[in-house]
Amino acid sequence: MSIPIVDYLVLEPKPHLVAQECTACKAKVFGRHNACPACFNESFAEYEVPTTGILKTFTIVQFAAKGIPVPYTTGIVNCGGMDVAANITGVEAIPENITRGMEVQLATFPLGKDAGGVEAIGFGFEPV
Amino acid sequence: MSENVWILGIHMTPFGKHADKDVLDLASEAALAAMKDANVTMKDIQILGYGNLMGGTQGQSLQKNIGQTGIPVFNVSNACATGATALRAGVMAIKAGEADYALAVGVEKLSGAGLLTGNTAGAMPENWTPKGRQGAIMPLDGYIGTTGMAGLFAQIGLAYNDSDPRADFELFARIAEKSHSHSTLNPNAAYQKAMSLEQIMGDPMISYPHTRSMCSANCDGAAAAVLVSETKLRTLPLEQQRRAVKVSASIIATDPWTPGNQELADVNTVTKNASQAAYEQAGIGPEDLDLAELHDCFAAAELVHYDNLGLCAPGNAIDFFNTGATWRTGKMPVNVSGGLMSKGHPIAATGIANVWEVATHLRGEAGPRQIEGAKVGLAHVIGLGSTAGVHILEKSGL
Repeated sequence: MSIPIVDYLVLEPKPHLVAQECTACKAKVFGRHNACPACFNESFAEYEVPTTGILKTFTIVQFAAKGIPVPYTTGIVNCGGMDVAANITGVEAIPENITRGMEVQLATFPLGKDAGGVEAIGFGFEPV
Repeated sequence: MSENVWILGIHMTPFGKHADKDVLDLASEAALAAMKDANVTMKDIQILGYGNLMGGTQGQSLQKNIGQTGIPVFNVSNACATGATALRAGVMAIKAGEADYALAVGVEKLSGAGLLTGNTAGAMPENWTPKGRQGAIMPLDGYIGTTGMAGLFAQIGLAYNDSDPRADFELFARIAEKSHSHSTLNPNAAYQKAMSLEQIMGDPMISYPHTRSMCSANCDGAAAAVLVSETKLRTLPLEQQRRAVKVSASIIATDPWTPGNQELADVNTVTKNASQAAYEQAGIGPEDLDLAELHDCFAAAELVHYDNLGLCAPGNAIDFFNTGATWRTGKMPVNVSGGLMSKGHPIAATGIANVWEVATHLRGEAGPRQIEGAKVGLAHVIGLGSTAGVHILEKSGL
């Protein structure tokens, strides 16, 4: 048994992210919204976000609340025109490894099991 | 035509550690000194705007400490734009003709608070159960992005001008070097020691490329302002009219929808919108400014706001900074107080404290750090969420 870290990460048949796309103006957002923040239309359709993208910007977090593993890299990945906030994984979190404009792809990984043995699945983007 | 609004009295407590004072001591000190500066008492004040984001006190708590007169209080909460919002409440009341005198107060006690945000991780649940609008099964900080402001503004800075590779660690460190140099002339600053580029870059890294000395300094402090209608001002002694500072623009704006701004806060669009509205309201352009106090909560933020406030040509903030324009000796002095990075950032006080800084220069009372001949200045804040506050101030022509 496994469960995604957020409901906009869909694991089957292949892991991908699903955004909410306004049926009127095509604005795309993650998570449940009651109306479109751009045009106020009240209906959305699911939008499958491309699994590859370009890293626009990033930071390497060295200092965080107790319990959060540091350092880690996080940033904004532009996936076919839609910005996605995600950690950059599969590469050591040092500035020499991270370049604005680098190509990255969606990656998933286990985050641990809960008391019932269900595995949490996280996602990030790793260099292509 | 709505009423013009002036600052009649204003005060900022020293920023830093005030171990022997509580929030109400600091708020009272600022409020009483601002009223003394304005030659009024609580009896004259008709509306109070109050902000204390992290401390939980209300304007009513302040009234119980310095004067309960039954006036309306607007307790405001707008993240780091809280002080500017309290001020805006007073401006609106006077413009609406509902008051001749308003008091705005912002106060915070933050010494030793650690990071601005992200100090505490949420507890890991025993069972994975989707919760909230994104069906999250666990706290997301560190797993999908960061809630830490140092990291958030790092991303904003590194994205400057289509991710211009020249917006790098050293550039941001040189901006912090300026702040820490400017504050050596400011006796009210939390930090008053110059730092070399090597010291700044060698400081502990918080979120690359922000080291500790490139982050706003959490500290204690308060600021307060007494606002007056122009009609009332013209009945007051000439000396008070001469020291009064005109609020030529008072703008609070929130972030409009831009693609991606729910993934990374778009502080650029909101600041551009607020500053454009402010310039229009004041009938003043950025080329007319003699100084600006902008929201340098982190070094990278200062860079993007040169552009957002129109202090430089669009996309030209890096070259603009590299010419030395924003040093106190340059053509557009920015954050001559030392800014949030060195003067300090007691959150709710900041939006009034930066107005105090500008007003003090316009009055010619800034001592050794005075920008000579200053007639027009701008004060800007950003509160995440997001809100931009812009106030444009002018020296009295009398």
